[in-house]
Amino acid sequence: MSSLGKHYEDGEVIVRQGENGNCMYVIQEGTVDVIASADGRELHLRSLGTNDFFGEMALFEGETRTATIRSNGPSQILTIDKKSLLGGIHEDPSLVFRILQTMSYRIRDLTERLARCEEET
Amino acid sequence: MFALDGLSLFGSASGDLSPGSDRTLVDGSRVAVIGAGPAGSMFSYFLLNMAGTISLDIDVDLFEPRLFSHCGPAGCNHCGGVVSESLVQRLATEGIVLPDSVVQRGLESYTLHMDVGDVEIATPVHERRIAAIYRGNGPRESEPLKSQSFDGYLQQLASKKGAKLVHRLVTGVRSDVDRMRVDCADGFSDVYDLVVLASGVNSRLEKDIEESGVQFRRPNRIKTFICEFKLGRDVIRETLGASMHVFLLDIPRLEFAALIPKGDYVTLALLGDDVDEELMDRFFSAPEVRNCFPGGRIPEHVCHCYPRMNSGGAKPPFADRMVMIGDCGTTRLFKDGIGAAYRAAKAAARTAVFHGVSAADFEKHYLPMCQKVEVDNRYGRVLFGVASLVQRARFARRGVLHMTVSEQGKAERPKRMSDVLWDLFSGSAPYREVFLRTLRPAYIADLLRHLVVGNIGSSRIDGNPAAGKEGGRYDTH
Repeated sequence: MSSLGKHYEDGEVIVRQGENGNCMYVIQEGTVDVIASADGRELHLRSLGTNDFFGEMALFEGETRTATIRSNGPSQILTIDKKSLLGGIHEDPSLVFRILQTMSYRIRDLTERLARCEEET
Repeated sequence: MFALDGLSLFGSASGDLSPGSDRTLVDGSRVAVIGAGPAGSMFSYFLLNMAGTISLDIDVDLFEPRLFSHCGPAGCNHCGGVVSESLVQRLATEGIVLPDSVVQRGLESYTLHMDVGDVEIATPVHERRIAAIYRGNGPRESEPLKSQSFDGYLQQLASKKGAKLVHRLVTGVRSDVDRMRVDCADGFSDVYDLVVLASGVNSRLEKDIEESGVQFRRPNRIKTFICEFKLGRDVIRETLGASMHVFLLDIPRLEFAALIPKGDYVTLALLGDDVDEELMDRFFSAPEVRNCFPGGRIPEHVCHCYPRMNSGGAKPPFADRMVMIGDCGTTRLFKDGIGAAYRAAKAAARTAVFHGVSAADFEKHYLPMCQKVEVDNRYGRVLFGVASLVQRARFARRGVLHMTVSEQGKAERPKRMSDVLWDLFSGSAPYREVFLRTLRPAYIADLLRHLVVGNIGSSRIDGNPAAGKEGGRYDTH
């Protein structure tokens, strides 16, 4: 396991849907599952691996976490402080480029999945 | 060999700065980066990354005569080897995750040692966010195991982005018909649209520039001492743990000393005013230092060096088609040199890709970052000046220790002194921010109270098992 960040065991919840968030996370090693809960049902949205990040939405919107993140197998996760990130972006706006790219990719992915669902129904 | 045309463009003294638009990088432009330490490799990486976002096709030659895969001095970049908390986070946000092979040890705390006692200050988020690394591939006589050099790793990232690694020693840079010519020791010579000097403060290149009579002053430098002890992984786990050990000792001319655990080795970094044998003897004789080693005995070191360190930026750190980054430009005082190299590399790359490569472009878009660091270093000098006073005053040391121990012992207590010490030791926050925190009434009131309580006697803190057990040790002698 990576030497940096915090260790999570298989099945351990890293972020819980509905909680307030003041940091984002970068996966140093391992895999996590992104799970949304609605009407008592759990929906697996996607899996994320080494170098992927999560938790950025609550950080930018200042609202609650939109999904639960659960470790799939052992994982090592690095926390990125809100102050550190936003201060860094203020100093160097290009720091947000990769986040924008990934968020754009995720919106595209969700749009395609939504379109497929519409077609099926 | 240095001869630069248009040197009137150096710095803001000139009133004849060319407009930024007349010297830009275009498709096919060639960039020479001299030195593949963190500043040079990160500059190459970010330059090519940013150029890629606007479909700009440029060539980057990264000059480095050393192979960072070598153990000992041949592959070393002479540095304590700590990647700060803030840089670990920045790199992770950029998508650069430091692999386990590069991180010799993840650090989760600082342990402050003083003659009046010691205290462990845990990372504010209770996770390992500081990386102990080797700039080369480990000390002399070490075996090249599974580990990888930090500088070598960054060099690989730059190569993957498209930078061409050139194993040549650069001996000169000069103007050549509105371009820059780079000359090497083996006779190689070529022309570039931009030269980036990232050769640190331990090479001859900057000295040659200064001595060539141009309006350029290389950075001020201080001598440091770095050595490596081989203790073995298990012994290190038992004695030093995942903590960086820093010393606040009443030794004249000593500014800062730290033991950094890494794999099978421990790195000692001593910073001060002209570090010499006498200073080192006094340091190694201190019981606070000896107690960090098994049996209280300082082992023979396996590797040592006296590298110089930037203690005041180059003036000015740019010219037409040339920019200085990393230690040979502007860096932070005493701390987070690799973090400062990252910031300078990005600022210079942004300027070159999005604005231009004239002196005017660097003055407008790169110099402000350097000036910000220089201003912040002034606050740093004040803070280290206060730390020196604390070093010399026993009652102040007792007050600082008492306050830190009591904060670390109770999770719910505000960590006023702990946070100041953490940021001062780790370089995680700007010095200005740390300085302003020390002016807050709550901090001053707390410190005054602990100066009194801490000097009445040790009975109160010894009677607090939580502080003694979790927070630290408090001696009465």
